[in-house]
Amino acid sequence: MEWLFFALFALVALVGSAGVVLSRNAVHSALFLLLNFVAIALLYILLGAQFLAMAQIMVYAGAVVVLFIFVVMLIGNDTIDDFVARERPVLRVIAGILVAVFAAALVYVSFWAPNGRPNGAPTFGAVESVGELLFTRYLLPFELASVILLAAMIGAIILAARTKPPVGRPED
Amino acid sequence: MVPTVYYLILAAIIFSVGALGVLVRRNALIIFMCIEMMMNAVNLTFVALARQFGTLDGQIFVFLVMAIAAAEVAIGLGIVVGLVRHRDTTNVDRINLLRW
Repeated sequence: MEWLFFALFALVALVGSAGVVLSRNAVHSALFLLLNFVAIALLYILLGAQFLAMAQIMVYAGAVVVLFIFVVMLIGNDTIDDFVARERPVLRVIAGILVAVFAAALVYVSFWAPNGRPNGAPTFGAVESVGELLFTRYLLPFELASVILLAAMIGAIILAARTKPPVGRPED
Repeated sequence: MVPTVYYLILAAIIFSVGALGVLVRRNALIIFMCIEMMMNAVNLTFVALARQFGTLDGQIFVFLVMAIAAAEVAIGLGIVVGLVRHRDTTNVDRINLLRW
């Protein structure tokens, strides 16, 4: 039964990720991204991380995708002529090397890496256990994350706020 | 119980598709979405390995990555909006002011 669900969610996640890359329309890409995020949240539930699954739905599906769609609507949805093959032989060689390294790592992990049975308690990813760890051992990173969020909020406001054009702007 | 390896392979495939998108697409918004997707793939490996080793530290890391990703999206989309205001395009090939 778990295998069935894993195969289903993995398929949905892969379809979503392929759709993000292949759609010409940015709105469609954002919706495929939503599909991918939800499938990964369901995989988190399969892995016993209920808290993270809910956080994933709220943060990614609730905030990030909505923000993406909002920006696409705001700036207009111009389709750019993508997928243009350009002549860059050096980049092609570098890309080939990267693909080889990555494929080798993948084959190694699939066949030779040690793979014991997972050992998780039933209340493994529940809110209590994650929250307790978050507020005791990882208290400082947790507080730093809030500082980063505050800095990002101020930065985004400064970036996106409509200001008077500064003197000596390069164009027009 | 599905072995951890299958989750790792799935995450690797999603990561690769995201990296392909970053390399192939020219729309800054779609490149950004692909980066988010790659982060999600890495999060999936964190959660899978947290179950494998029976510790919760991986899940804490995923929580922190989510916080950073939210901050990154806010800043990045602010940059994209500013870019459209100044240059009226989201095509990364035409944003080459600092290019050598």
